[in-house]
Amino acid sequence: MESGRREFLKTAAGAAALGLGAGAASFVGAEALARSRAGQAAAGGGKRYALAVDTKKCAEREGCRACIDACHVTHNVPRIENREEEIKWVWKEEAEWVFQDRVHEYSGAELRRRPVLVLCNHCDNPPCVRVCPTQATFKSADGPVMMDPHRCIGCRYCVVGCPYGARSFNWKDPRPYIEHVDPAYPPRARGVVEKCTMCSERLAHGLLPACVEACAREGAGALLFGDMNDPESEIRKRVESSLSLRRKEHLGTRPQVYYTL
Amino acid sequence: MLEKALRGSGKYWGLVGFLLVLIGAGLGCYLWQFREGLQITGLSRDVPWGFYISQFTFLVGVAASAVILVLPYYLHDYKAFGRIVVLGEFLAVAAVIMCMLFVFVDMGQPMRVLNVMLHPTPQSVMFWDVLVLSGYLVLNVVISRVTFSAEVKGVAPAAWIRPLIVLSIPWAVSIHTVTAFLYSGLGARPFWLTAILAPRFLASAFSSGPSLLILLCLLLKKFTRFDAGSKAIQKLGVIVVYAMLVNIFFVGVELFTALYSDIPEHKHHFQYLFLGLEGKTMMVPWMWFSQTVGMLSVLFLLNPKVRQKERFLALGCLGVIVAIWIEKGLGMVVGGFVPSTQGSLMEYWPTAPEVVIGLGVYGIGFLVLTVLYKVAVSERELEEA
Amino acid sequence: MYDGGKVVFGLALFVALCTSPLWLSVARGGGGAEAPPLQMPAPAAGKCVRDGEWMRNSHMELLNSWRDEVVREGKRSEQLADGRVIEKSLTKTCLGCHTDKTQFCDRCHDYVGVKPFCFDCHVETAGG
Repeated sequence: MESGRREFLKTAAGAAALGLGAGAASFVGAEALARSRAGQAAAGGGKRYALAVDTKKCAEREGCRACIDACHVTHNVPRIENREEEIKWVWKEEAEWVFQDRVHEYSGAELRRRPVLVLCNHCDNPPCVRVCPTQATFKSADGPVMMDPHRCIGCRYCVVGCPYGARSFNWKDPRPYIEHVDPAYPPRARGVVEKCTMCSERLAHGLLPACVEACAREGAGALLFGDMNDPESEIRKRVESSLSLRRKEHLGTRPQVYYTL
Repeated sequence: MLEKALRGSGKYWGLVGFLLVLIGAGLGCYLWQFREGLQITGLSRDVPWGFYISQFTFLVGVAASAVILVLPYYLHDYKAFGRIVVLGEFLAVAAVIMCMLFVFVDMGQPMRVLNVMLHPTPQSVMFWDVLVLSGYLVLNVVISRVTFSAEVKGVAPAAWIRPLIVLSIPWAVSIHTVTAFLYSGLGARPFWLTAILAPRFLASAFSSGPSLLILLCLLLKKFTRFDAGSKAIQKLGVIVVYAMLVNIFFVGVELFTALYSDIPEHKHHFQYLFLGLEGKTMMVPWMWFSQTVGMLSVLFLLNPKVRQKERFLALGCLGVIVAIWIEKGLGMVVGGFVPSTQGSLMEYWPTAPEVVIGLGVYGIGFLVLTVLYKVAVSERELEEA
Repeated sequence: MYDGGKVVFGLALFVALCTSPLWLSVARGGGGAEAPPLQMPAPAAGKCVRDGEWMRNSHMELLNSWRDEVVREGKRSEQLADGRVIEKSLTKTCLGCHTDKTQFCDRCHDYVGVKPFCFDCHVETAGG
């Protein structure tokens, strides 16, 4: 059913593209390409990294910042207190805002106010990648949506296009706001956009993402990382067997961060 | 031909001097922004685009509006526009230059701007916008240059220019359509996610652009011996009125859809703009002012007897420009960011250096316009002498 | 030509301004500055990833291609002709041998008057 509808939509989009010319064709082309890549990866044993957040376990540790601090220290994320210019890769937000379409006025206060971990969703159909005029942000083969800060021109179209507020622009030189610079990971310059990269640099060395590792170290076990293309993986089994949410599902971005409430 | 711009009255040089001062001030502030980054603007995490990008959007409309003269003159042989069609093309040239500069000053890494061409990305609307704007600039420079120098020499323009002129008509529509698509193709921003955005952009462009042209023609009539002719100006006046009515209708259609459907994510942006949300009311007076002035101006101009008096026509056109400048140059962009995708309410107002940089860009555009108009007027004065 | 004198004067002034650094240098005694002495890594550090002369001319191209391969394609290591496998990293590999950036990179960059923005982000030494 679902796939039938998709096929129909694709055909319809193709017909529309013919009518609209090359410009529209390229949007649809990119989408189809992304799908076929995902499909290939699924068939050919490629990886599709994803993260699952157990919001209840996470919220049980009130005020815990282990994952946030680990991420921000590892990646030299500056600490800018001013809310208008702050840079964040992973942070907490109240469930009421994270799941605007799932939480309502009769949801219990605990549920509505529950702090939920948010970060880049590493969408399978990422709008930020679609709008970037230089391919400075792109989808890597195994899932993570990546940033190439060398190529970024600082137009902030991706910030505008991201439905999750997951992207931060460097309004000023971040260096004075980094307490201790870790030379293993270059900080960014002013004028470029940055965000969570799923720790692709750690994955390359066979390590778990810093947030997941920190969460496990704390004993919270609220974060689960794995390969959605592996039917035997723990994350795939959890997502299959329980009701999980992805943010703003209706936008068709297909996020790869799964939440259980 | 261009040497005509080097001889002028004291008033002419006074204007050039004034624009140079604006440009100097803008450049000074830009150097500051270049060193310190965009932190010197009022932009923020939640409102990442503001004054610069909204001016860009407004000016794309002004640029596109040249088609209002080109189409009747070249396709329908509407002779009355013959004397001013080049003024429309010159206005388009100046406006596109300003558009490009506004995008440039908005970049976090301006030195890398050519990456857009180095790594062409057809799936990005911004890539297409850069392409169509550059193309439109080239078209208008070539067309105005070839047709105007032929006119000065008293000969017919070369035949090869006609296909370019015909091409420039849909091209003008395309620049504003693509600019609307920059916004309306984003699932993240329900405020812009409306098919009527591109038509609305065109309607507001075809009222504000010709309004500006009318004002410029009336100024030329007052300060030079160049008279566009009342037939041309009155026809433009009629176009302004109908385009503005269509624009108001489109805004009404949007308001109905958002408010009657009562879908929060669509409704909230309009609530923010016209009523304010949770005490955040910065835009409210501006939006009501814009709507009131726009409505009054169009009602005023609707009466042919009023419109025929050039003083009243000028007043009405000024009203239309102000109304659309606020609606498009302020409300349209900022309104899309409040509330943010996460529901937060962070308001935006441009800072002083940001405005001065903007004025500098306007200075450059109007300097280009002044020089081009000086050339056009001087040649016309020679012809008539 | 109208106003021939003015035009020629203007052109001459333009050329003189554009070439002024050359004339100033000649006036100061000419000959140009001495090539700076570069501090080379200790022999124990082993050979460079490419021939020294080639590196002198083209290290920026190598770094650019490393940058794209690592960031965009995730290819983080490279096997050299002599069999060694190295990590394509400015901070870890290059500066691992050339430990004093100021005595190596900066001296030459200053000499030729270039300001690479690599070091805007890539931190030269631990804690720096």
